[in-house]
Amino acid sequence: MSMQHVVFIILSAIALIGALGVVLNRRLFRSALFLVLSFVGVAGFYILLEVELLAMIQLLVYVGAIAILIIFAIMLSRQAMVADDKVLNEQWILGGLAAVVLCATLVYVLVQVNWPVVEVTVPANSIQRLGESLVDPNGFVLPFEVASVLLLVALVGAVIIAREK
Amino acid sequence: MDYVLNLWVNLATDLYQVFAGWGLPGWAAKLIIDFIIILILVILGVMAVIVLTPMERKVIARMQDRPGPNRAWPYGLSQAFADAIKMLTKEMILPRHADRLIYTTAPILIVIPALMIYAVLPFGPQAADAELQLGAANLNVGVLYFVALGSVASIAILMAGWGSNNKFALLGAFRVVNQLIAYEVPMILSLLAVVVLTGTMATQRIVEVQSIPYLIVMPIAALTFLASAMAELNRSPFDLLEAESELVAGYQVEYGGMKFAMFYIAEYVNILSTSILFSALFLGGYKFFGLEDAAPVLAPFIVLGKAVSVFFIMLWTRGTFPRIRLDQLVGLAWKFLVPIGLVNLVLVALVVKLSTNPWAQAGLLLLGNVVTLAVTFLIMSLAERRAKPSGSVVMSEAHPPEGISVNFTPAAER
Repeated sequence: MSMQHVVFIILSAIALIGALGVVLNRRLFRSALFLVLSFVGVAGFYILLEVELLAMIQLLVYVGAIAILIIFAIMLSRQAMVADDKVLNEQWILGGLAAVVLCATLVYVLVQVNWPVVEVTVPANSIQRLGESLVDPNGFVLPFEVASVLLLVALVGAVIIAREK
Repeated sequence: MDYVLNLWVNLATDLYQVFAGWGLPGWAAKLIIDFIIILILVILGVMAVIVLTPMERKVIARMQDRPGPNRAWPYGLSQAFADAIKMLTKEMILPRHADRLIYTTAPILIVIPALMIYAVLPFGPQAADAELQLGAANLNVGVLYFVALGSVASIAILMAGWGSNNKFALLGAFRVVNQLIAYEVPMILSLLAVVVLTGTMATQRIVEVQSIPYLIVMPIAALTFLASAMAELNRSPFDLLEAESELVAGYQVEYGGMKFAMFYIAEYVNILSTSILFSALFLGGYKFFGLEDAAPVLAPFIVLGKAVSVFFIMLWTRGTFPRIRLDQLVGLAWKFLVPIGLVNLVLVALVVKLSTNPWAQAGLLLLGNVVTLAVTFLIMSLAERRAKPSGSVVMSEAHPPEGISVNFTPAAER
């Protein structure tokens, strides 16, 4: 067992404990915090795969933005100071069934598909190459531009909604 | 003499030889040296509290024409030690109905990202021997790392505000997170300008490339970064979380003793790291008229000296500006810093495309910055002249806008 395996097991434990904490916790706020723990574990996987950029973006977007959005939503929509929600509601049979089916499908796919393994090391200038491929006509320039236009539209829309009459 | 001039690298090399002499494998010796460096950086961060608080108190006192702390020997400079001893001996208090887990982990979680930032701060020229690299981790996403860790801290603040089961704490936490999110955007825009110009995100490399300090070359990016960094650090005039008249002490209100001290430590650790980052990105880091090549031993002290100067600027601002209102705070970020940051970014991208000669780039950038600033002030003065009385935010006002009535009328009559 190499060092990578040990780190992988630790990171998996962090991500899984976080995920279990999300579903098994009675307090919604703590669930959101466990979600953050899970995100951090996933960021660790990216570092293990030597894509630091994705790890940092995972932290920045998921922990810094999405988790905070979720926490704000919880605080503003629930009876904020009252805790103790039930873990199970009346739909737990359906939910459990869906979870089991999804898990079985994923396991089946994982076992069935012959995952190709390529012996390539990550290039040192991977960030430069990522940036160049984003603006390269043979690369991802079209999806990149479409995404930026979409974000711009969202930004303008937010300004218009927030604008005083 | 040569040994002393390059003391740090030589010390590390000798230590490495000593460990190798004991029969340790290379990676173990490297690991031990790395741990020593980490220990030094952590102690440096925590020492920031001891050194920067007396400086802050004395300088602010001087600016406000009062003596400041003057009882603890000598001249009140050891006040920080007295405070530390007081903090350590205080009772641990858990507020009733507080969420114990969240309440106790928040002070720990806030210090961790603050100290982790020190991993990417450049303290000196890279050693020729790449095997023994001292100081900044050569992370090629260094700048992004700084921003990402800053956003992790806001979770800890929310935890503190929530966990202490206090309305004032929760409101303070809301305010802080609002502020952190708003000011992250101009901060990233100003950092992006530097990254586009240097073509790298590694802090060490940015210092190496920087022949003229970027504060002179692109003042807009530097000042935007400084303003948004001060907002991220909750420094006055952006210290809305500690608006004592409104919120007592914000999210820290239920914390006492060592738990409060952890927030305090995290604050000063962050101040020092941000000052060092500012000096690395905009003041040339460890470069000081070729001194860093003549005597690399001085490089960390040059960095710290520049960082303390940046801290002094922060104190100066704190001593002279009143605290700004919440709507002014958000307005400053979205209506002033973000647009000017975007214009600056486009300018930098244009200049990088036009020329590759660093001197030509510097000249073009300086010209562009001056033009941008002039146009900005023109627009602002025009806007101020025809400012509608409906409470539109004008930054340079000392008196409240006319829309906000100074003669207080009860809410029912309005």
